[in-house]
Amino acid sequence: MERLRLRATGSFFRYCSNRSLFDRRLNINSVNSIHNSTSGYAHGFGKNCRDFHFFSDNHKWNVQTCFGFVRYQGETFRDSTEKGLLEKTRRFQYRGFGSLAAKVQRNPSFSTLNSDDISYFKEILGEKGVIEDEEWLATANTDWMHKYKGSSKLLLQPRSTEEVSQILKYCNSRCLAVVPQGGNTGLVGGSVPVFDEVIVNMSLMNNIISFDKVSGILVCEGGCILENLITFLDNQGFIMPLDLGAKGSCQIGGNVSTNAGGLRLVRYGSLHGNVLGLEVVLADGNVIDMLGTLRKDNTGYDLKHLFIGSEGSLGIVSKVSILTPPKLFSVNVAFLACSDYFSCQKLLMEAKRKLGEILSAFEFLDSKSLDLVLNHLDGVRNPLPPTLHKFYILIETTGSDEPYDRQKLEGFLLHAMEAGLISDGALAQDINQASSFWRIREGIPEALMKAGAVYKYDLSLPVEKMYDLVEEMRTRLSDSANVVGYGHLGDGNLHLNISTAQYDDGILTQIEPFVYEWTSKHRGSISAEHGLGLMKANEIFYSKPTATVSLMASIKKMLDPKGILNPYKVLPHSLSS
Amino acid sequence: MKIMVAIKRVVDYAVKIRVKSDKSGVETQNVKMSMNPFCEIALEEALRIKEAGMASEVVAVTMGLKQCVDTLRTGLAMGADRGIHVETSGPLYPLSVAKLLRALVEVEKPGLLILGKQAIDDDCNQTGQMVAGLLNWPQGTFASKVVLDKEKQIVTVDREVDGGLETLCLDMPAVITTDLRLNQPRYATLPNIMKAKSKAIKKFTPEDLNVEIKSDIEEVQVTEPPKRKAGVILSSVDELIDKLKNEAHVI
Ligand SMILES: Cc1cc2nc3c(=O)[nH]c(=O)nc-3n(C[C@H](O)[C@H](O)[C@H](O)COP(=O)(O)OP(=O)(O)OC[C@H]3O[C@@H](n4cnc5c(N)ncnc54)[C@H](O)[C@@H]3O)c2cc1C
Repeated sequence: MERLRLRATGSFFRYCSNRSLFDRRLNINSVNSIHNSTSGYAHGFGKNCRDFHFFSDNHKWNVQTCFGFVRYQGETFRDSTEKGLLEKTRRFQYRGFGSLAAKVQRNPSFSTLNSDDISYFKEILGEKGVIEDEEWLATANTDWMHKYKGSSKLLLQPRSTEEVSQILKYCNSRCLAVVPQGGNTGLVGGSVPVFDEVIVNMSLMNNIISFDKVSGILVCEGGCILENLITFLDNQGFIMPLDLGAKGSCQIGGNVSTNAGGLRLVRYGSLHGNVLGLEVVLADGNVIDMLGTLRKDNTGYDLKHLFIGSEGSLGIVSKVSILTPPKLFSVNVAFLACSDYFSCQKLLMEAKRKLGEILSAFEFLDSKSLDLVLNHLDGVRNPLPPTLHKFYILIETTGSDEPYDRQKLEGFLLHAMEAGLISDGALAQDINQASSFWRIREGIPEALMKAGAVYKYDLSLPVEKMYDLVEEMRTRLSDSANVVGYGHLGDGNLHLNISTAQYDDGILTQIEPFVYEWTSKHRGSISAEHGLGLMKANEIFYSKPTATVSLMASIKKMLDPKGILNPYKVLPHSLSS
Repeated sequence: MKIMVAIKRVVDYAVKIRVKSDKSGVETQNVKMSMNPFCEIALEEALRIKEAGMASEVVAVTMGLKQCVDTLRTGLAMGADRGIHVETSGPLYPLSVAKLLRALVEVEKPGLLILGKQAIDDDCNQTGQMVAGLLNWPQGTFASKVVLDKEKQIVTVDREVDGGLETLCLDMPAVITTDLRLNQPRYATLPNIMKAKSKAIKKFTPEDLNVEIKSDIEEVQVTEPPKRKAGVILSSVDELIDKLKNEAHVI
């Protein structure tokens, strides 16, 4: 009994030495709290799900210890509050967006809301499901980066597929534009209205419908928060096949609609493989039941794939059936340094070959990304002695046999070190160390937000070319910006981020269209995993030929003839009105 | 001078603990095991003292099942010079551990014995004190700062007490137990993991050390703490007042 109760000491220790987690609990209601999530590690171990309790008698002492500990590390615990960060970014971002907004015109064929509409919605959803509260709407109108801001006056919260259907049927008949919204963590301006679209917020559709322990197939509603699903599955001995830094807020419906990739794609593959079925509501309110729970089903066109990654432009995802892998308890994480990009590539090739079935993540960051994290996030330290290395790699293995896995990983790393592929490295000895390695990789977006204005590009490129773009961009921008590169090297996915003191159209014209042209020239994709949203709707041609895009437009026209679902997003504006 | 550090293998403190269905203990099968965090701090402190040129060798000691060697390897990868493993099979309680430690101290003759103030699995917080008693050495428990004076053969220890700090000056040899704030342990780097492979680990049995493992304590059962009830969301202040009055009877 004592053993259990007093485990509290352990958790306090963890929260102390990993400020981010502690912080996250403190800011539990903050819209931005998600970026503190150390998903990478929790996915493997399922530990973040553990409740944070204050245990009676030790309460005061422990809290003091936490604060004291952090201060002892030379950090000032409270001076960089979330709020300060939000305000700073808000100021920057609006300016940046100004020029973009000016390019989009409200589609005049959409109606505007009237009081009859509101009464109708109240009839079908009840008072509670119809939200006109200004503060609430202000949050729902603004995206995670505070870069895109709409002016919707109405947010609806359906509780069932039937209600979603009624909403869409009505909106379609009235020609009211709609934006489906999940956790609102999207990074391309897709989840917020551009003008006055009605927001259909899915968060009340958060029920788990069934879980089959034999097959590992989970069926749930679209509004389930990813982290809640992870916790649920953890108790069953399973994990979600995807994990991302936003898991504390993003919803499975949003993940499916953006075809989110994340940190373990290298192991479990994309949602096109893991999603077994969907139930979606079309623009006219028709409910399409494709909610299969079969791994194999070749009866006709596999239409669910159309909705995976359609960013809410073809239908609202109301239910999801997904294949979940069993949770394996042996997880190891290494943080490595490489002196050049070529070594990173070779290491990836070797890791795929030598770590084989246990490799579960292969992430990379350059030294400028590490500097950002060390400078802007409290409580993060460099796991390695502070010699200058150009690149850092995070490798995670997940398997079922701890001594075997560990030996395999150690052997691989020591060999790579002897071969000169890695110049230094550290191997996590416990879960806290593993989570602090992940914190570095996952903390980059947050650190970038704190550093000032940021231009984000999420690109798929051939791995060998990937870093050339970062270097070319650095040369182009010279001292005017801090150009950082990081991402899912294992998937050929570069996150190119350009950090500047403030938004500046002069800098933007140096970046775009250059970055898109470069990507196109190297046959890459201008959107690897974030989607096109509003940000890149007009840039689709860089990655897709005209004939393909016009087929997409015909599909859109067929499924949503009036174009009410998430207008101005995904497809180029020239084709969508 | 040699420093001896005791380290314990425990269920990783970030693991969600599950109680075995027969209530005989905590599930440790297929569960991540790691070094007790306070032991990590103890080892880190020993390494810093050595790096400051005030000790010649750091010996890490562990007791328990065969797998404890993994934890010892971690200690060696952090920088301990060599390891000692006293292999036992059954449960070990603080008094037995203290007796084994005393026996090892007699073999190794360290100038300092550093331990974590407690292990996070049983939270006994007794071993350091007991071994100091058995050895008749001075003890500085819950150390948040340790300063060694090699010439005078004394060690100054700050300890956290309610509402302040207490500073003790101990004659060496002495026992120190470490608190959370003493230091931040280092990571095991690859070069050090590589070096650790060739470091020696010496094995003992309790019989070798003439210690009989027995206990006056019987663990009756282990149960989970009561589950927290889910909260309720009330729709109005009136409802809240009503509940506080008529259900909670607090106003
Ligand atoms: C810190 C951070 C880290 C991230 N890391 C990753 C990463 O590693 N990999 C990655 O791929 N993405 C990442 N993202 C981007 C983002 O979190 C994902 O794209 C996520 O899947 C979006 O889910 P959401 O519920 O927040 O959707 P939202 O942001 O609410 O919506 C995204 C899009 O999906 C549509 N949508 C949402 N729910 C539904 C629904 N039920 N039916 C139909 N359409 C819907 C919206 O209209 C919008 O177009 C990250 C974001 C942040 C903030």
